[in-house]
Parts: sequence; C-alpha cells; structure tokens
Amino acid sequence: MSGYFDPQHLADFTKIGEGSKELADKFFSYYGAVFADGALTAREKSLIALAVAHAVQCPYCIDAYSNDALAKGADQEQMTEAVHVACAIRGGASLVHGLQMMGHVKKAGM
Amino acid sequence: MTIDAISEALDYGLPLSSDDAGPKPTRSLRARREPLADTSAQLRRLAEVELIDANGARIEFERTLAGAGCGALLPAALEVFQINIGKLCNMTCRHCHVDAGPDRTDAMMTRETIDACLWALDKTDAHTVDITGGAAELHPHFRDLVEACVARGKHVIDRCNLTVLLLPRFHDLPAWLAERGVEVVCSLPHYRRLSTDRQRGDGTYEKSIEALRRLNAVGYGKGDPRRRLTLMTNPVGAFLAPAQASAEPEWKAALARDHGIAFDRLIALNNMPISRYLEWLDASGNLAAYMQRLVDAFNPAAVDGVMCRNTISISWDGFVYDCDFNQMLDLSCAGEGGPMHVRDFDPAAFARRRIVTRRHCFGCTAGAGSSCGGATA
Ligand code: SF4
Repeated sequence: MSGYFDPQHLADFTKIGEGSKELADKFFSYYGAVFADGALTAREKSLIALAVAHAVQCPYCIDAYSNDALAKGADQEQMTEAVHVACAIRGGASLVHGLQMMGHVKKAGM
Repeated sequence: MTIDAISEALDYGLPLSSDDAGPKPTRSLRARREPLADTSAQLRRLAEVELIDANGARIEFERTLAGAGCGALLPAALEVFQINIGKLCNMTCRHCHVDAGPDRTDAMMTRETIDACLWALDKTDAHTVDITGGAAELHPHFRDLVEACVARGKHVIDRCNLTVLLLPRFHDLPAWLAERGVEVVCSLPHYRRLSTDRQRGDGTYEKSIEALRRLNAVGYGKGDPRRRLTLMTNPVGAFLAPAQASAEPEWKAALARDHGIAFDRLIALNNMPISRYLEWLDASGNLAAYMQRLVDAFNPAAVDGVMCRNTISISWDGFVYDCDFNQMLDLSCAGEGGPMHVRDFDPAAFARRRIVTRRHCFGCTAGAGSSCGGATA
C-alpha cells in the first residue's frame, strides 16, 4: 500500500469482519436495512448518502455512491445538486458558527 | 442503391441519413468497418475478459448456474414470438446492441420470410408477437405484419424508438396502432434530458417527449389495456438498471409534472455487452469492470424468467434464435440438425432444443434480472 487510501479497500470492506465478525455482521445488517426502500426510496437514500459522503469527505463512499446513485436511476444533474446540498450545509454550518465568533468579539471587545 | 435512394423510394418524408430524421451520435460498426462488426470478434472479445473467481477458476455462465444449483436453462412454454424485421433505423444510438442505423438496408426481412414467420406463428400457441428492429416501423411491410398478427388474435408489441413517429410518413401511425390495440414499448433511457441525449444524441429527448404527447393524444398511457404504453429504460453507462418497481412511480411523477405525459408501466433492462455497447465499454475502459459487476450481481432468482425460455426470436433473414441477444451474436438455435430456419419450423424440435449460452448471459441474470419484458426477479 502506497498511501492512506487504497481503492481496493472498498471491495474488501467486508474483511473488516476478520477482527470481529459479530460486530461486523450487526453493522452490515443494519446498513442493509437503512438503504432498503422505506418511507424514502432507495434512490433518495443513495443521493443522501452521496451528499453525506462529500460532507465527510470519504473517497470510498464517493466512489460507491456515485456508482450506486447512477444504478438507482439518478442522473448527473441530480447528483451534482446533491453535492451542492452538502456544500451549502457545510458552508452554512461554518457561517452560522460566525455568530459564536461575534458573541465572543462582542463580549471581549469594548 | 444508396441509403438516401432507399429512403426516397420508401417515402419517409425525410432522408433517413439526415439529422432531422433522428439524432445520430455515432455510425454503425458496419458503416465504419469496425472489426467488432463481425460477431465472432465480439464473442472473442467477451471470452478474453479476465473473469476469475476466488479460487482462480475462469468464470463461465453455465458453471455459475450449476454452482448456484440452477442447472442448465431449459425451454418453457412458448409465449412470445419475436420478429426482428430489419436493422434499418433513423437513429444511431451509442449503445445499440443491434448495430442498427440508416445504412442498414442490407438487413431487411423479405416478404417471403414475413410469410414464413406467419406460417410458423400459426404452429405455436404464442400469445404475443413482439415486432422489433432497428426501427421496425420503417419496414415497408410493417403494417401488413401487424394486421396479420392482430387478425390472428395475438397481442402485438411494437418496439418503438419514439423519434421515428415524428417522420412525416408516420404522423398517422399512433392512431393506426391505437385502433388495432397494439402495445407500444418505447425506449427512453431517462426521464430527463441529459442522460437521454448522451446515449441517443442531442435532440432525442425533445423529439421523444413530442412523440409521447402524440401517443397520449390518441389514448395511449391512460390505463386502457388496448392502448398500453410501456416505457423502457436502460442504463446510460456501465452500471445496472434501476429497480423497476421503485423507479416507476418516480418516472410517472416526473413526466407528469414536467410534461403532462402519462404512461402505463416502466420496464428496466440491463445493457448487454454486445455490438456498439460492447464497443463503448471497451473504448471507455469499462469492459472488465462491467462484466465483473454483472457476475457479482448474479441472482439465481432471476434465472427462471430469462427470455430465452419462453421466446422464439427470428432474425431478418429468417433464422431462429433463443433470444434477441443470441441473434445479435449469430448464436443460432442449436436444433438437432444445426441452425433452424423459420420456413422449416418444427415446434416439437424447437421445444427440445438446447439453449445456447455464453458470457453475455450474465446480463440477463444480474440484479433484478433483465429480459425484453423487464425485470425477471
Ligand atoms: S442472453 Fe439469451 S440465452 Fe443468455 S440468458 Fe439471456 S435470454 Fe437466455
């Protein structure tokens, strides 16, 4: 392995069960249930996952959910809008903390 | 005869080679004299892909079936009589597994073969006749064939690329099909413009929407079983088709909201690694990964519903195949005395045939499965 991120890790994800099969089984069964059609469709969940993958900046999840969203019938425009949602929330979250900063400035300043 | 001379003789109202007649993002393999125009080159390319299982053994379809306890594919009762009346088309889509296009005047079913198909049809209990192409409507005997099948009480399907309905010659066709209760199964890769035009060429989406409006206007897509409008989606790229049941409500809502268009059902098909789609997979560096994706998604529950079990597929030159895909790879039906021709059709021998399979068959059994009728599992 030549770096921190190895694309093969995505294909090998289930090998995480070698350390603790019981916990891995619980995780993967929960994971499967989360992404099944429910009150939200599997396609909507895939787009949410794609947006979250960008927010948490996980290259494995970006790879997996780019392909998964396409296979669930999403198109590039819809996927790009999902990424902008992540971007808006990340940006907005930083900006709204600016009010904390302003509180500190007001308290400490004259 | 040149393509334009033929279009003129058949009087479509526009030369088929023009962009106005239909978008053309590419040209047929045959017109470009590509090696893959030869089906044996396609089979060789598919066989070359390195598909190895965890034990290092070569992955082959029949072995995978056996490993899953499915046994060999056996013919079931014959339900669908599929006739490919020619490869002539007004479009030249990137993913076409038929290698159709405006230049394919070499592959048009003769009147004699059409009559042989009807003779063979009468020897079967098939309830459905599925007419396909190319753009089947361009064939000079298309309407005669439809009439003959309707007169026999068959459910008739016209596989339609939508844009063909905009040719001046076909303005009356939606009403004509509606009067005869023909189901129209239309290709629309996506309910949005970007993906549709990427696969089938700029302007396809707009033309397809207009064609759907014309079909709606004569009663198609509103729940009437004699005016059934089915949309057919297939992936725009190297991934599997979406789950049909989950995609259908979304498609219905989106087309109603964006264009006021209604349709009856959505079927979702995987792309088969054949012909121009095979060419695209290879050129884009996706071939091995796509084949692996099909193998990884092998679903034993999809096996029973594959089309080769309940369908007979006849090529433009009258040969009998297990399915449309085997037809496009020239894998003719393994009858007792070699390839079968429709003029010698023997239902009992056909029912005893051995279905021919190769690696492309993984396309039918991946995920929810895929056949001309949509998902199989
Ligand atoms: S490609 Fe044809 S023969 Fe192979 S599984 Fe599909 S329908 Fe059957």
